Amino acid sequence: MRPPSALESLRVQVRQIEGRHRRATTVLPFGLAAVDSRLPGGGLPCGALHEVAGGGNGALDAAAAALFTAGIAARTRGKVLWCVTRPDLFAPALSQAGLKSDRVIYLEGGDDKTVLACFEEGLRHGGLGAVVAEVARLPMTASRRLQLAAEGSGTIGIALRRWRRQTEASDFGQPTAATSRWRVSALPSTPLPVPGVGRPRWLIELIRCRAGESADFELEACDDTGHLRLPADLVHGPGQAEDGRRSASA
Amino acid sequence: MVLAADAAAQAAGLRVGMPATKAQALVQGLVIQDADPAADAEALERLALWMLQRFAPIVAADPPDGIVIDSTGADHLHGGEAAMLVTLIDKLAGVGLRARAAIADTWGGAHALARFSARPAYISDLGKAAADVSRLPIIALRLAPDLVDSLRVLGFDRVGDLLAQPRAPLALRFGPELGRRLDQALGRIAEPIEPIRPEALIEVRRAFAEPIGAAETIARYIGKLAAKLCDALEQKGLGARRLDLICHRVDNRAQAVRVGTGLPLRDAKRMTRLLSDKIETIDPGFGIEIMTLTATVAEPLAPKQAVSSLVEEPEPDVSGLIDLLANRVGEQNLYRMAPVASDVPERSVRHIPALAPETGAEWPGHWPRPSRLFAHPEPIDTVALLPDHPPASFTWRGVRRRVKRADGPERVFGEWWRRDPELAAVRDYFRIEDDAGERYWVYRAGDGEDPLTGSQRWFLHGIFG
Repeated sequence: MRPPSALESLRVQVRQIEGRHRRATTVLPFGLAAVDSRLPGGGLPCGALHEVAGGGNGALDAAAAALFTAGIAARTRGKVLWCVTRPDLFAPALSQAGLKSDRVIYLEGGDDKTVLACFEEGLRHGGLGAVVAEVARLPMTASRRLQLAAEGSGTIGIALRRWRRQTEASDFGQPTAATSRWRVSALPSTPLPVPGVGRPRWLIELIRCRAGESADFELEACDDTGHLRLPADLVHGPGQAEDGRRSASA
Repeated sequence: MVLAADAAAQAAGLRVGMPATKAQALVQGLVIQDADPAADAEALERLALWMLQRFAPIVAADPPDGIVIDSTGADHLHGGEAAMLVTLIDKLAGVGLRARAAIADTWGGAHALARFSARPAYISDLGKAAADVSRLPIIALRLAPDLVDSLRVLGFDRVGDLLAQPRAPLALRFGPELGRRLDQALGRIAEPIEPIRPEALIEVRRAFAEPIGAAETIARYIGKLAAKLCDALEQKGLGARRLDLICHRVDNRAQAVRVGTGLPLRDAKRMTRLLSDKIETIDPGFGIEIMTLTATVAEPLAPKQAVSSLVEEPEPDVSGLIDLLANRVGEQNLYRMAPVASDVPERSVRHIPALAPETGAEWPGHWPRPSRLFAHPEPIDTVALLPDHPPASFTWRGVRRRVKRADGPERVFGEWWRRDPELAAVRDYFRIEDDAGERYWVYRAGDGEDPLTGSQRWFLHGIFG
């Protein structure tokens, strides 16, 4: 048996190798016990890079992923910089997800390179609540720079991955330095007793999470304050709602 | 003699160079004004100053009827050369001036193309000036009229004819002027632009004993110039909105960098940061002799009291970041969205500057709106009951989808006060969900009954999250 002090000294060494005294990391809770309990620290860490992509057809249009991102950004304070290459985002929808129009500054970059450079500049500044960038390729080097920039300033950075062709979406399997990686796919909406489309539902997969385990959640879309909700038929249901379902894939 | 004639006069048959008495005989009640070259030159000077403030750091009047602009280092603020040229012509048309403009490698080339190309706005590709200019008549070369006449007598019609001739006999017969103008148009000899510098301009300058060239050295002197400029601005109580850095090289060429700011700026550190971001666009050549930093557009900037954190947390200032990004991607590519009172989705959003005051206005949230809206609605094939049922299935991008649930219609009427064809136009929007759970926003152009209201075809306009 190794004495516990050896383990402790090892941790100190690792911290020294990492090279910086992490500032006390604040987290942005989702406000749902089912999700927050899966995340180390009880929420999405601020001062970190996160990746969000859409599943299925969402890999091309990233419609649900954009709303999920808008919901996270809406719960931060301060202005939000949203960098895009294709200007097809519809601002009223973001407003309905809680991200008011006065808070969002849009930036149209000509290509991924410009967008990544502006993304990093926004993260370094530190005065923004969140920085979102819609990018297709996110190389390891770029993500590492972004992650360091976010750690330095404490701003939450979200890379909204969006590809032009379905075949390119396999890029999402490549490793990056992002702290967490999410996939959001649309599910059939909550059934209504009358004909019509109910409240939209999403399958939210936490594919990768630093110092945490992956998980799947089936949740209702953001309301007008950016909060996700448990589907009504699960709220009072048995334990299933509390811990979600474990995912075998990572 | 007629020196200039407007469009109406030209339509009546008047030509420049015609005797005034002949013109009066041609048109009854002709309005004639005496030429006033001094006032013309003054007006041209004023126009050049206006362009200096809005378009580029190096601008000069090119009498009698032109203005020459060195667009290097400034077109990024207007979204590229083509966009800049269009903006320039539109702005001038707004004040009643019909302008012709051209961008080329050289002053001579641009001068000739602006006046003698068929299009009012002409952009000559990099290195193509010789080919473009050689198609033009020889009068485009800025030669004296009698020289042009004698060249015509010899059968030279176009610049290309002259280029094909050996130079020595031409120089022997017509003097050095012809060769000089040809070389200027083709960029074989330099033709520096002497930029206008109005009296009130706030400018600081630094001459170097030894030419400098390294990026770090340039950055250091930008910092020193910015500090001096801030002192000068502070004495006058101004803040800079446009900053021009002009580097004069030892080979007598100027390299210019222009940066714009959203709010008046008087902070040496931020100025240095903005200008240093553009150092890579400066080509020092054999070295830079003189650097000047100018606040081309300056606005009053009064000191402001900081918000005490006792009462409320101050909002972090992002204007520095906005300026930096705007200079990188162009001002029109950095914006906020503001609501417009219109039911037509693509018209309900307008762009406002990123640093515009907060409007506080929001879109009405009665109906869900898609997070992605296509700029051009995509036609889809549907199976739908008329007049007011949602589609039962639709084919989009070659994939057939069955509709499980649908909401609608939400009827949007055309805005007849904008365009006449919209008087009867109607769109019926439906929010539909296919069996995979994907939600789309589709509409039918028309009300399903009356062919006057639209083509009754279906379009996919957006995707919900």
